[in-house]
Amino acid sequence: MTALAVLLLADSRLPNGGHAHSGGVETTVAAGFLSTVDDLELFLRGRLCTTAPVLAGFAAVACLLDDDADWRRWDRALSARIPSAALRTASRLQGGALLRTVAGMWPVPAGLRQLGRPHQPLVLGAATSAGGGSALDAAGLAVHHLLGGACSAAIRLLGLDPLAVAAVQAAVGGPGAEIARQAVLAAEIAVTSDDPSALAAVSAPLTELLAAEHAQQEVTLFAS
Amino acid sequence: MHREETQTVLPAARPRGRALRIGIGGPVGGGKTALVAALCRALSTELSVVVVTNDIYTTEDADFLRRNGVLADERIRAVRTGCCPHTAIRDDITANLDEVEELERLHDPDLVLVESGGDNLTATFSYGLIDRQIFVVDVAGGDKVPRKGGPGVTRSDLLVINKIDLAELVGADLDVMRNDSAAQRGDRPTVLISLRAEHGVAPVLDWVRRSLTAHRA
Repeated sequence: MTALAVLLLADSRLPNGGHAHSGGVETTVAAGFLSTVDDLELFLRGRLCTTAPVLAGFAAVACLLDDDADWRRWDRALSARIPSAALRTASRLQGGALLRTVAGMWPVPAGLRQLGRPHQPLVLGAATSAGGGSALDAAGLAVHHLLGGACSAAIRLLGLDPLAVAAVQAAVGGPGAEIARQAVLAAEIAVTSDDPSALAAVSAPLTELLAAEHAQQEVTLFAS
Repeated sequence: MHREETQTVLPAARPRGRALRIGIGGPVGGGKTALVAALCRALSTELSVVVVTNDIYTTEDADFLRRNGVLADERIRAVRTGCCPHTAIRDDITANLDEVEELERLHDPDLVLVESGGDNLTATFSYGLIDRQIFVVDVAGGDKVPRKGGPGVTRSDLLVINKIDLAELVGADLDVMRNDSAAQRGDRPTVLISLRAEHGVAPVLDWVRRSLTAHRA
């Protein structure tokens, strides 16, 4: 059953609020930096070096934490790693959406629910744990959704060949899996030492700036 | 620096207020936004009405609602659907639920209108999001639309066939549309209207008022 639970969390058919978010692709396309499948691969590799270790680390932590942990503290530690308010809001919107869904599927820690709209990786990790998955599953899911959301948005916005995009997603999956493994090691240290500072704290200035600009546009197709 | 964003606490699992939630869907250009505006104009003096729209692709659409809706800005919320309007009303309703519940919390409305983005004949609302749904098609789209069926035509709680004033101009036979709709829909009601006519929205208003009475019973 564990494998099925993890697959369920990986499935874009699960109502998780993610379909309306482009993972920064819409604003990057609008800025003229992304128009081809090759550009998309570069974009994804950039995300793997920056956002992915952060999200994967917090998802793994949430999978390892006890139910009565200080969830607010870890939630704030993730906020501190997301400079732009726009991306923090996007993370919370998706976290709240996923929480709404998984709270009806499995028991979810009360401390997490009390946050209302926790950051998405924390909900993803807690849900992975509740479904019987491992910290590596949680970290892998975080990376998978980061890549998959961007790929799906690029297909819808640019009309890219979905078969070519699938090949790109598979190609970056190898490095993505390695990032998930490293994130779990960091998460184990962070949870054991009860110290979020063991987790990755990397970001990409252009991504943050473009996200802030996107949030100020009156009309966009994606929420972020 | 940016201040920390508000962590709004969500209500406990799936509350249903007293408000009646009505979804309005249908293909692009059929008159969904015009219907929402007409309903707001007619009802906002007697009822507390709020609107969640998924149909704002251009500032023109937003301005249209603001100009014609007779609703204060804070009673209108827009949800972006990432190029997939049907997903937001059927398969993943979470973003729309967030906005509906937020508006219900802020305004304690009698009526919530959820306007879908323009889609195709298969796009219908999940009843996890709304209580009743109206499907809007128009005469100018061709008089074969009701015969083609699809979940919007066959299963909606009210089928609105709009722009009957154009029937003659586009060579559409209203009797064909009326009969095909009846055949597809059984006992479910269909109204043929022109929102451009004076009191054109009246048959829809009657249905909304009856639905509200039934909902409160």
